[in-house]
Amino acid sequence: MDIKDVENLAALARIELTEGEKKDLLSDMDSILGYVKQIENMKVENTESEYKVYNVWREDTVEVREFSKELITGQFSEAQDRFLKVKKIL
Amino acid sequence: MIDLKNLTIEKAHAALQKGEYTCRELSEAYLAVIKEKNKELNAYLEVYDDVLDQAKVADEKFKSGNATTLTGIPFAIKDNILFKGHIASAGSKILENYTASYDAFVIRKLKAVGAVILGRTNMDEFALGGSTENSAYGVTKNPHDTQRVSGGTSGGSAAGVASNLALGALGSDTGGSVRQPSAFCGVVGLKPTYGKVSRSGLMASTSSFDVIGPIAKTVEDAEIIFDAINGQDVLDSTSIPENLELRKYNLKPKIIGVPYDLINQEGIDPKVKDNFEKVVKNLENLGYEIKNIKLINCIALYYIINFAEVSTNLARFDGLRYGMHKDGKNLLEDYLLSKGLGFGKETRRRILLGTYVLSAGYYDAYYGKAQKARVALKKDFVKIFSEVDLILTPTSPIPPWKIGEKSDPLSVYLADLFTVIANIVGVPAISIPSGFIEEKGVKLPLGIQFMASHGREDLLFEIGKKFEEIAPKALSKPYLGL
Repeated sequence: MDIKDVENLAALARIELTEGEKKDLLSDMDSILGYVKQIENMKVENTESEYKVYNVWREDTVEVREFSKELITGQFSEAQDRFLKVKKIL
Repeated sequence: MIDLKNLTIEKAHAALQKGEYTCRELSEAYLAVIKEKNKELNAYLEVYDDVLDQAKVADEKFKSGNATTLTGIPFAIKDNILFKGHIASAGSKILENYTASYDAFVIRKLKAVGAVILGRTNMDEFALGGSTENSAYGVTKNPHDTQRVSGGTSGGSAAGVASNLALGALGSDTGGSVRQPSAFCGVVGLKPTYGKVSRSGLMASTSSFDVIGPIAKTVEDAEIIFDAINGQDVLDSTSIPENLELRKYNLKPKIIGVPYDLINQEGIDPKVKDNFEKVVKNLENLGYEIKNIKLINCIALYYIINFAEVSTNLARFDGLRYGMHKDGKNLLEDYLLSKGLGFGKETRRRILLGTYVLSAGYYDAYYGKAQKARVALKKDFVKIFSEVDLILTPTSPIPPWKIGEKSDPLSVYLADLFTVIANIVGVPAISIPSGFIEEKGVKLPLGIQFMASHGREDLLFEIGKKFEEIAPKALSKPYLGL
């Protein structure tokens, strides 16, 4: 891995990083990925799962649930006419 | 003065029933200790301002004859559990001002029986860590030695119960986050079977591993709390139906499996090993048969799945709908700034690692392989539990470390050696105090862990209570508050 890989991952995850943070992350990730790479050597025969599948979905009917609309909308960073307002995308 | 040090849930309930003190007086007694000790320990991030109102509801339950065992019992809850109208920040800056808009399933359960929720406790940000050092609000100190960590990620809950800041607590366990801090603080911590306690209202860390569990002073207290919070929930499709047939063969456990290969590998503190060997001897003296079993090191497998699910789950924190918002020039910049400033170091690290292991080209080698290995391990466990009733290990390979001592993240991951296994396969596990070791003149608690097969919490409670009886004689005096 190099700094470019860290920058690419940070861009995919939408996280802004400083140059110093990128360097720290690169060295941490190198050592952590080096360790978890041992998964390659794990034996994995017999991986047919034996699950019994059953339906967990409920019927498509309206059920009254206790949610506080005020508490939800009150936490929007910006709102207009009770809607969440975001900057234009295109 | 109420003797909080020797108080258990049963004792408190009996005293409340007899009218020796009221729920309000009991809550006030805990609030007084919190006022005295919390500043130094940093177990609570917030003590709620409606505690006495809750105590009033509990007192009315006693008056009207509707009280049950947990009525009026003062609880602490981990900061990632939603309690409507109260802040829940998951130890993160990004949720500093987030107010829960509904109650978690476990909170609804506690409210229904009239338990009193005192406040929310410190944790590693988004339950990522093993020491609470990753909290955006400072570390929780170990009540046995304030130079040391309380463990994590439910460190605030464990330290709180250990030092009489609450009589019981809820934590969440993704890879040992209830059990390891319980061991570090000298209390009992239970990780229930995956799905036995609804995750509705628990902020997701690794959804396929997460489960809410009790932290308490005794096994009996942990059992009482577990009985009150478990159950199926329509809001969590992975919660287990109550009528599901679970294998109920042996009523009394007799054979205990010990994975000696894993315990004898490098990195296990000799004092931990010594304590563990004494535990094994004591169990043999009680008439249990000890059997050597094989378990593999699952750290790599665990963390690959953890990184992947964490990076997916934390994508929802966008700085728009709730939590911290940093304004940029456009929408993309809003995201970049809010996430960059809102997430702490370990959280960012795991998001990037998860993004990596899930990216095209690496998916099969990491995540795909880990999922296959997980299925294989589950099958191994079916076989192991056809030969033994319980599995015994130390809870942590090392005693609580000094604050700031572990700067390398990988070294903290490796301390999860014994606990992650139960989360990968979904079986229940309990950590019980197993005595103390002396480290530079300070006595530090250790814990041992029992695992049982799916749905067999009853076996853990049974052996746990037996073990508690012998522990004070054979080892050092355990738990019961500081």
